[in-house]
Amino acid sequence: MCLAVPAKVLEIKDSLAKVELSGVMRDVSLMLLPEAKIGDYVLVHAGFAMQVVEEKEVEEMNALFAEMNGAPRMVREAAEGGSGRLGQETRA
Amino acid sequence: MDKKQERELAGRMVEEIQRLAEGQGKLRFMEVCGTHTVSIFRAGIRQLLPENVELVSGPGCPVCVTADDYMDLAIAYAKREDVIITTFGDMLKVPGSRSSLGEAMAEGADIRIVYSPLDSLQVAKDNPGKKVVFLAVGFETTAPTAAATVLAAEQQGIGNLYLLSAQKLVPPALRMLLNDPEVHVDGFLLPGHVAVVTGTEVFDFLAEEYHMPGIVTGFEPLEILRSLCRLLQQKREGRAEVGNEYGSVVRKEGNPVSRRILEQVYEPVDANWRGIGRIEKSGLRMKEAYRQFDIRQVLPLAVASVQKKTACRCGEVLRGIVTPYDCPLFGKACVPTHAIGPCMVSVEGVCAAWYKYGSGRFTYGR
Repeated sequence: MCLAVPAKVLEIKDSLAKVELSGVMRDVSLMLLPEAKIGDYVLVHAGFAMQVVEEKEVEEMNALFAEMNGAPRMVREAAEGGSGRLGQETRA
Repeated sequence: MDKKQERELAGRMVEEIQRLAEGQGKLRFMEVCGTHTVSIFRAGIRQLLPENVELVSGPGCPVCVTADDYMDLAIAYAKREDVIITTFGDMLKVPGSRSSLGEAMAEGADIRIVYSPLDSLQVAKDNPGKKVVFLAVGFETTAPTAAATVLAAEQQGIGNLYLLSAQKLVPPALRMLLNDPEVHVDGFLLPGHVAVVTGTEVFDFLAEEYHMPGIVTGFEPLEILRSLCRLLQQKREGRAEVGNEYGSVVRKEGNPVSRRILEQVYEPVDANWRGIGRIEKSGLRMKEAYRQFDIRQVLPLAVASVQKKTACRCGEVLRGIVTPYDCPLFGKACVPTHAIGPCMVSVEGVCAAWYKYGSGRFTYGR
């Protein structure tokens, strides 16, 4: 539930920012982070920018999320009964 | 940093953990965040640790701790013709005392899955004749996003958007754990994204009142390993401090706007945690000034929940007292496709992680 991902701010219009999230453009709200500027990396949670990320960490976090491929994949696996057999998990 | 460097670094950290743990008694550290739980299992951190260092999961998944009377109420609203429910997708399978939102949806209830609470505003605009109710579930990370949505509705003059709040606070749950004589913990990996909002000071009581170390931790395996090093160092030196190893996004003061909005819209209230029970001042309800956005106030429904007795041990699992393997239902009657207990429902639940990844201990020739 508390999953949050870093994204780069490309445009700002009023309190909405256009960000790039794993290659996808999305609007996120700046209501909770009015100080965000174009070019900043921001931590995005549930459609809101929550904090400016210090850039040195961004690449590391991106690598992690690319690997984890986010929560949605797990949701689908769980719904299908997935790879959940005990002790038989093989990691990609 | 490429994969090879990352692996080398992880190897060095594990050596450091082994060195720091040597000669210390049995140590149990608890992570109180479902996203940490998943990250720890995914990376296989548990089997890298020395035998005297154990990781247990606490009540860190807001979906799992949402009580069944709340789900009953949400289902009752969902079944009304004049209501549209908006919710994060992981709430659909959470069992109420009789059924789930997913079942209500299959029976025709208008339930929309949203990515952001803000998406509810559009649903409200498109359906002026309906009451649009967002299921506001989550900890301090998520609560400001629901509160901001209410403020946006107020600003835009949207009068048919409501919250059904079951939002919860992490520090009171930590206090409950520390006051529970059955719970044995030597330090906490503190939830990084909660701390993004709250800042680190709300956790200082751990060290000051309970002499308990805690480290605010990020979600990469390396960050988790580094935080474990910090906890072990403190144990070794007999120190208890609250540290921050997620400085890229966690500031001492947190996110001031979010904190202000939380205070503006909500007030603390005693809350019921599934499997655990009532915890004082651990929930958030809407203040009187925002009662027109509180569906409980605007359209009160009385719902009688049925007390079900099952052999589910989620309550003890959530406090780190037993492991999922100690539950007679785990992996048999209770599986992700047919979850009985809440810890199996959410992908971030403890039981779901154990089911998917195995216990993560001593299974590789040890």
